[in-house]
Amino acid sequence: MADLSAARQPPRITACGLVRPLPSIGRYILRGGPLVIAAAGNALGLAISQTVCRSWVNVNRAALCLGPDEHLLLGPDALEIAGVLEPALRDLSHSLVDVSHRQTALEISGPHAAAVLNAGCPLDLDPAAFPFGMCTRTVLAKAEIVLWRTGDDIFHIEVWRSFAAYVSRFLDEAAREVAF
Amino acid sequence: MNDGLRSVVGGRIDRARPVHFTFDGRELTGFQGDTLASALLANGVHLVGRSFKYHRPRGILAAGSEEPNALVAVRRDEARYTPNLPATQVEIYDGLEAHSQNRWPSLSFDVGAVNDLLSPFIPAGFYYKTFMWPRRAWKSIYEPRIRAAAGLGESPTQADPDRYSNRFIHCDVLVVGAGPAGLAAASAAAESGARVIVCDEQSEFGGSLLGEPDGERAPKIEDERASAWLTRTVDVLTRNPRVTVLPRTTAFGYFPHNLVGLNQRLTDHLAEPHPDSPRERQWQVRAQEVVLATGAIERPLVFPGNDRPGIMLAGAVRTFLNRYGVIPGSRAVVVTACDEAYRAALDLRDAGVFIATIADVRGHASGPLWEAARRAGLAVQTGTTVIGTSGRLRVNSVRLARVDDHGNVVGDVQTMPCDIVLMSGGFTPSVHLFSQSRGKLTWDDKVRSFVPADPAERVRSAGACRGTFALAAVLEDGATAGSAAAGDAGFVNTPRRPAAPAVDSAIGAYAGALPQPGHSVGAKAFVDWQNDVTTRDLAQAAREGFRSIEHIKRYTTTGMATDQGKTSNLNALGFVSHEIDKPIPEVGLTTFRMPYTPVTFGSFAGFARGDLFDPTRTTPIHDWAARNGAVFEDVSLWKRARYFPREGEDMHAAVARECLAVRNGCGIFDASTLGKIEVVGKDAVTFMNRMYVNGWTSLAVGRSRYGVLLRDDGFIYDDGVVARTAEDRFHVTTTTGGAARVLASMEDFVQTEWPDLSVWLTSTTEQWAVIAVQGPHARRVLEGLVEGVDITAQDMPHMSVARGRICGVPMLLFRVSFTGELGFEVNVPADFGLAVWEAIYAAGQQHGITPYGTETMHVLRAEKGYIIVGQETDGTVTPDDAGLGWAIGKSKPDFVGKRSLQRPAMTATDRKQLVGLFTLDPQVVLEEGAQIMCERGQQTPARPIGHVTSSYHSAVLGRSIALALVAGGRARMGATLYVPMPNGDVPVQVTSPVFYDSEGARLNG
Amino acid sequence: MLLIECPYCGERSELEFVYGGQAHIARPKNPADFSAQEWTDYLYQRDNIKGVHAERWRHTHGCGRFFNALRDTTTDHFITTYKVGESPPAALNTAKVGP
Repeated sequence: MADLSAARQPPRITACGLVRPLPSIGRYILRGGPLVIAAAGNALGLAISQTVCRSWVNVNRAALCLGPDEHLLLGPDALEIAGVLEPALRDLSHSLVDVSHRQTALEISGPHAAAVLNAGCPLDLDPAAFPFGMCTRTVLAKAEIVLWRTGDDIFHIEVWRSFAAYVSRFLDEAAREVAF
Repeated sequence: MNDGLRSVVGGRIDRARPVHFTFDGRELTGFQGDTLASALLANGVHLVGRSFKYHRPRGILAAGSEEPNALVAVRRDEARYTPNLPATQVEIYDGLEAHSQNRWPSLSFDVGAVNDLLSPFIPAGFYYKTFMWPRRAWKSIYEPRIRAAAGLGESPTQADPDRYSNRFIHCDVLVVGAGPAGLAAASAAAESGARVIVCDEQSEFGGSLLGEPDGERAPKIEDERASAWLTRTVDVLTRNPRVTVLPRTTAFGYFPHNLVGLNQRLTDHLAEPHPDSPRERQWQVRAQEVVLATGAIERPLVFPGNDRPGIMLAGAVRTFLNRYGVIPGSRAVVVTACDEAYRAALDLRDAGVFIATIADVRGHASGPLWEAARRAGLAVQTGTTVIGTSGRLRVNSVRLARVDDHGNVVGDVQTMPCDIVLMSGGFTPSVHLFSQSRGKLTWDDKVRSFVPADPAERVRSAGACRGTFALAAVLEDGATAGSAAAGDAGFVNTPRRPAAPAVDSAIGAYAGALPQPGHSVGAKAFVDWQNDVTTRDLAQAAREGFRSIEHIKRYTTTGMATDQGKTSNLNALGFVSHEIDKPIPEVGLTTFRMPYTPVTFGSFAGFARGDLFDPTRTTPIHDWAARNGAVFEDVSLWKRARYFPREGEDMHAAVARECLAVRNGCGIFDASTLGKIEVVGKDAVTFMNRMYVNGWTSLAVGRSRYGVLLRDDGFIYDDGVVARTAEDRFHVTTTTGGAARVLASMEDFVQTEWPDLSVWLTSTTEQWAVIAVQGPHARRVLEGLVEGVDITAQDMPHMSVARGRICGVPMLLFRVSFTGELGFEVNVPADFGLAVWEAIYAAGQQHGITPYGTETMHVLRAEKGYIIVGQETDGTVTPDDAGLGWAIGKSKPDFVGKRSLQRPAMTATDRKQLVGLFTLDPQVVLEEGAQIMCERGQQTPARPIGHVTSSYHSAVLGRSIALALVAGGRARMGATLYVPMPNGDVPVQVTSPVFYDSEGARLNG
Repeated sequence: MLLIECPYCGERSELEFVYGGQAHIARPKNPADFSAQEWTDYLYQRDNIKGVHAERWRHTHGCGRFFNALRDTTTDHFITTYKVGESPPAALNTAKVGP
């Protein structure tokens, strides 16, 4: 019997000048009240709070607050996150759900990154309105994405896997007009 | 090239760069910077189109986007053919191919012009009154013929190959219009540090300044020539990184909360557009503050024969002369009710044009422009009206008459030869966008127009669009508005007020028809050029009793053409006001609607075309299915494999083979699209008990149950298997199409009705790839692949769930069946889906494993009488109707929909109930959706007692089967009913909806 | 396209939201005690207000929260938005609605 545990195949993404797929990582959605958030923050070494649209990064772990009781946790692999959190949250009512494979990530960067995103995203991406570290769920044309500013002109996009091809194709198409 | 049609110097055209183009096949030359209109005039071409209804020869009336006459088609190739473009907005480029419209066989000889002679017989409302009988003929005969005879250009015949772009953008201050007011506003706002967008529909910024003479006679702004001020101002704005400068960009619509739609034309002016450039880009601007500086449109005068080629707006002539260096005639008659025309006459005279006379409708003329005209020796006749014109394809004379103080035409008729007529009825402020923003308008008697009053949004109007016309006042108005807008957006500065001439050329305005002797029955006086609406049409509407301007508009079609009445609305209002003897403000104003000027469909489609029209969702196993010849079907946004035809198989054959493979051996099916929701929290079971009709308290960890969801009105909303994977955790599945709405509905209850419950919902639809392995050999296929779980019948009975590994990959394994056979659903993290599928498929080879698609799945489940939500249900089906009453947890005090199930109508015995149908002829397959009758041969209208919901040929039964909803169906077992079809009634027998293995022995195998 | 103030995320385009109907219609705690007419009214009867309307929105493509809003149906202007469980700000009920 074959061992397929290393046969992970993330969804295909059209890479273009501005857009590149990011490597596979572990992801959890953590839901819970203030006690849960505090305990999770302690365990992860992240000073997370319930401030929506904020993110926290510590080496290779990150937490993105997508809603008042919803955090997207990113780490090098899912088991590692679960291993840290499950003991810490054992006595608190919460929800910790593995979504490592539900979504995939890509990155768009460069001086035109915001303009290309604004081809389909209605957010104001001026650094004053959407500063470094800000994150939110939003829409890109007809797909839902999580948009996270990880640099002055770098954005990390989380997208459900079956929408990844559409999102990358859309960005590729939108980037054509800034590329020449 | 100078044949007297171009001025020697001046204008904003580049005389060093000739541009060659064609009009109706005729090769012509203009200059870089020309519009098609200016280039045609420079070639002596005044006849450019035929009118909509009467096919009258028409020329160029205006110089801007308000042009109602000179509509042309521009053809780049077979697919790139754009009809109905105002020649005044088409910039010429080398190789431009333009065509006139609505004429046959040629522009100068148009057969359709017979309509003009027949016009006494086709007044307003003619179509409504004449083509009424026989009723059927309207669609088949009248309408197509009328449309062929009247009309605009033709549509292109091929798909548009161009690209269109969309951009969301935010700003502190949006300035619409880059004339002097807009530029002053944008400059003031930009100086404060605000994020500014400034757009203008024209190719160049400057607005009215572009029509001003340059050189010595140029108006001065801040001690420099207006053109120099313009260049400097635009340059400063362009270099400011906080300012977005958008020429060739029309603000076409004003939407709630300061969202303004802009359409930017990027390539229509280029001979060879870059292939990556979109043709147009639609900007969706969300502005904190908006400054409208949309200017004003000159109003024509309404007099008999006012539509002949060569009769133009005075300001337009001035623009053609000063901006494009075009001298559109040699002998001009000027007719006016406004000082603007004096300015135009003076400019023309300086260019060498003979001014035959200035006929001023007003009884008295005065002011600096009048004085300048007198000083220049121009003949001015006050109190003078036009009673007619002549000239077949171009005006050649004007008939003038005196008007006394009471507006009566008196004295002799004076015929003035000319080859061009300038007219000016004053200016109509462009309040379109302000009105679209739901701002209130008020009547201003001074400019005889509606002007902006109370705003409904954070918007200001500046300059001519609010009735301020003198350049100094316009600049000050713009600077004040721009500064105040920036201030309200949080940026403070003190605006500079550029010094400029205070002369107001817009003094005087006229709305309505010029005085005529008696009740004129002669030549037509046009109010709406584009829709061929005359004073007679409006008078007739008034005579027939129409009073509301909205009704008159629809009856006569005045103002309803693609120009939206930019040049006609005020004259129509003025005329109607006179006819029904009511002041204009009481007659009211028709609604301004978006778009301000026509916008291409491409602009609205943007990127959403071809493969980007909608996302195409595919599963991790999609590529395998595609490689193996699957035919796909769309299920919501998903592509699902429908069946896997082998060489020579049609769908029927493939599905029959796949069905038998599952019944007799083993099938493999991609169920990844099923919706999945992880319900977690200490109150998860309470939540499940409240949401679902089923009881969940007794469901043990490691077991699953078929769950039914209702809306609170008691009707089936969704269904799916739910597994309890921990005390506080449920793995919920939903239908493919229902996944999003089920989650949304659950969130609604959690957040708003039961916030006390400690439970959270997370979509895991895409976390898992789901591989259904179904059939008597299913266990044998899997047993060599799984670890950590015993899948024997004893340890893993029907409806059990276990965690384990498959090929080293973590797995959530369901023993579950939607086929009625022994079955498993292997859930693995999605990135492993394809590899695991391939491993199962390989292992299944020795057991004859067969991939099957959704069509086969539908047949298999129908053989078992399992419903599909949305096929057997339509939003009016209760659990009992669908034969699912057994699922309801009877002891629960409440669940969503429970109270509704007790309403009398929901428990009636004659409700439609799910039954099976056997056609008496086993080879006849009923049509899904067909109606069901009690008796044979019933004539319509007859009351059907039900309908067919699913119908297939069942390979395993060797006959057709159907599911149906039939009134009181369960009490009709064995009865014969009839399904009326075009070829006669099909007799059917009512039977149980479970056609195959009704004891369920197979799935418990 | 409205601009909607999510009480959690701030102003966002209507594209991120889904409308949720009239606000402050609580599901009865004891539906079984409701008469047929009362239950019908709960299910189907909604106001159709010309003026200030209390309504629900969900920031579906954002924080995912349902919230309530007071919107003038004649102008589309929002007077305020507030979280689920909070009462509509009474003082603002009659406030002048303008830009």
